[in-house]
Amino acid sequence: MEFSTVAQVRFGFGSAPGKPAPKDAQAILAALSGPDVLHQRWPGIGTQIGLKVADDFHDLKKDFADKKPGAAEAFKLQKAKINDLLVQGLQIALARAVEDETGLRERLWAFWRDHFTVQGKRRQDVALAVSHGEAAVRPFITRSFPEMLRAAVTHPMMLIYLDQVNSFGPNSKLAKKRPDRKLGLNENLAREVMELHTLGVGARYTQDDVRQLAELFTGMRVMAGEGLNFAPELAEPGAEHVLGHDWGGDPAKLADIYAVLDMLALHPDTAHHLAHKLAVHFVAPEPDPALVGALAEAYSGAKGQLMPVYEVLLTHPAALGADFVKVRQPFDYIASGMRALGLSGEAVMALDGKAMRSGAYWPMRDMGQQWLAPPGPNGWPEESEEWIAPQQLSARINWALRAPQALGVPVEDPVGLATSALGPRLTETVATMVPRAETRAEGAALVLASAEFNRR
Amino acid sequence: MVSRRFFLQGAVLAGCSVAAHPLMSTVTLAAAPGDKRLVVIILRGAMDGLDVVQPYGDPLLAQMRPDFAIGPDKGAHDLDGFFALHPLMGDLMPLWAAGELGFAHAVSTPYRDKRSHFDGQDMLEAGTGMDVPVQMVRDGWLNRLLQAMPGAKAETAYSVGDDELKVLSGAAPAMSWAPDAWLGLSSQGRRLLEQIYHDDPLFNQAAVEALRVTAPEQPGDDEALAEDGNDMAPGMAAPGMAAPMRPPQGGGGTALGAAEKLAAFAAGRLRGETRIAAFSLNGWDTHRGQASAIRGPATQLAKMITTLKAEMGPVWDQTLVLAMTEFGRTARQNGSTGTDHGTGGAMVMAGGALKGRKVYGKWPGLGESDLYAGRDLLPTADIRAYGAWALASLFGTPRDVLERSVFPGLDMGSDPRFLA
Repeated sequence: MEFSTVAQVRFGFGSAPGKPAPKDAQAILAALSGPDVLHQRWPGIGTQIGLKVADDFHDLKKDFADKKPGAAEAFKLQKAKINDLLVQGLQIALARAVEDETGLRERLWAFWRDHFTVQGKRRQDVALAVSHGEAAVRPFITRSFPEMLRAAVTHPMMLIYLDQVNSFGPNSKLAKKRPDRKLGLNENLAREVMELHTLGVGARYTQDDVRQLAELFTGMRVMAGEGLNFAPELAEPGAEHVLGHDWGGDPAKLADIYAVLDMLALHPDTAHHLAHKLAVHFVAPEPDPALVGALAEAYSGAKGQLMPVYEVLLTHPAALGADFVKVRQPFDYIASGMRALGLSGEAVMALDGKAMRSGAYWPMRDMGQQWLAPPGPNGWPEESEEWIAPQQLSARINWALRAPQALGVPVEDPVGLATSALGPRLTETVATMVPRAETRAEGAALVLASAEFNRR
Repeated sequence: MVSRRFFLQGAVLAGCSVAAHPLMSTVTLAAAPGDKRLVVIILRGAMDGLDVVQPYGDPLLAQMRPDFAIGPDKGAHDLDGFFALHPLMGDLMPLWAAGELGFAHAVSTPYRDKRSHFDGQDMLEAGTGMDVPVQMVRDGWLNRLLQAMPGAKAETAYSVGDDELKVLSGAAPAMSWAPDAWLGLSSQGRRLLEQIYHDDPLFNQAAVEALRVTAPEQPGDDEALAEDGNDMAPGMAAPGMAAPMRPPQGGGGTALGAAEKLAAFAAGRLRGETRIAAFSLNGWDTHRGQASAIRGPATQLAKMITTLKAEMGPVWDQTLVLAMTEFGRTARQNGSTGTDHGTGGAMVMAGGALKGRKVYGKWPGLGESDLYAGRDLLPTADIRAYGAWALASLFGTPRDVLERSVFPGLDMGSDPRFLA
């Protein structure tokens, strides 16, 4: 099978009628190395907006509780605004995915957002969670992992999500001054940084390392209107011993936290963890160890620069086989469907709130992947079986049946759709069955619901 | 109501890791010979055993947890003069008095030190020892048990419906199942779908089930459930029997209602052919503000157990309930009046088949040198040993099968004799 076919399916969102497929790995790498034009076109919301939305929500909620005149209406509007920002975040992500000429930048963005999973569990934080992906992940996906790690871990949303804002040095100045507040450590962020973000759970770190890292992390807090702020009076005094070395000391400073994050980012266990995760996500549940080894080697050799890693991913023979054993996650499935139906990014952005909800947001939820509401800090599952339980598959079939109409692109020629959407992967069975459908809508649904279209 | 809200996946063993899809609520059910019943509830997120079954008789506990409500003075329910049950779980005290509630304390899986939820839960569901890589721990102990039980078969029920079971799946999305939408698909369309999935086993299996459930001429689900060989359809029994159990203030909200429905569903199946039911209850990861964070899961667990008893009727006497968690939490409260990941924890046991009114296990103490790594309750028993002894006693599974196949590498030790 040609590179362009494999690459579109494995590293992108499938084919789109009238749009060229990337001809080789160099074409994809060149696109990744260029400017992020889709971000320029549809920028999304940054951290300051996320913080402001949270602050405003907080204030309006207080006004509402105080029964100030007009507060009820204003509070209601703010809640609606937050819901709209959430759905708009999905809309922008879909528009970019549909429009991306190679697809890989948007696939990588989803991969790294999942790697650094956050969730705005309180309604006020939902916009901040959207901004985490835009500001703390996206700028770094074609640069280096150490930079991404710093930004993603110290972003206000991560500090809130993994309880860093509630962790204080037990012997910090503030703890000593206010013994009544019984301030102390919360290990949550430190543990997940080692287990999920860097070394991986199989690596050689201990509970003591987690504890020491948690002590080193103290001092980071989130200030209204400002975001990340380092407060030495919250920090545990003295140096911390993490993975065999001392870090930090007095006075405590953010630079020490960055230093330990850099060390973790470039640790050989991190290289292997990230290499394995990339291979599992893009290629196969049990990837060829040679591929994983080559990815890890590229990562370490380039000191965490990511482009050389992607080059291996796009050129290693073990990554280019024609067996598509993975299942598209619901976001990828809907984006691929939109592309196959011929929607442009512009057309996706033009959908109104109702069409976005019924055509994407709710169907994704029904397929098991509610937008920005992952099951836990370990993100969405990779296993195909997790996505194709009977009711999840039903949600996919329902979408296949209804989306073309709901999105304003009814299919005139289902046979043509089968050819353009599946290309060389069109099987004899699907080719035979699609023309037998009673209606065009059902014929199109057979294409979009087929196992071939769901796999990548 | 049970109707239409659950449906069953026919005897598919492959996907039957106990209780466990993190994205949706599932109930794993198995039919087996005999009259005894086993219900396993996986408490996800690491239940704080020291808060649920409080060793208040040791003054160190209150010192280590100054902001927690500890002991009968603070509303906890005294069990035996040393242990007390969490204040919010008082509905279980009549079971304690009747000998139908008990605990095993200072237990854990053999999983140590990394304290990762995800690995810890895998081990619990899998029931394997640490002699295999965590990545390989996948199939469940129930699968392996069934392979050793002639005539046994398993099935999985999925919870569906938008507004229920939300809390059971934690932050994860509630699954929505809208069979009506499918009626729009012509019968020809349905046949064609079957054809296109024919060669892909994963899609084929899911589609066959989905098509069966949404088939236009299918009998009502209540009828289907009644085929269990019971004289009463479970769905019919629920309202009348559940009504008096509702809290007087008029319902504890959706979450509590969902816990009740899930338990009622399992109870209905257990009154029929089902002998083993497994499902999970999320929400125990109380890193912050534990006093309020534990409120939801604690009341839901109590509600699940009281609902099982109420809905199972006479077969409750033949039943053992084991509620197990991946590990315990730190002995000391942390800097945000919560607790972090620990080691030793507690198991909640209930049922007429239990010799209850007792806290089982060897108590390790809470002194600095008693704690595991100076921070966690020291586990003095393998929680899987209780599971194994339960299987041996309820289903007659031979010890060598339990130690070799069902829980590979487990040393069951001596019988804790916790069954009536």
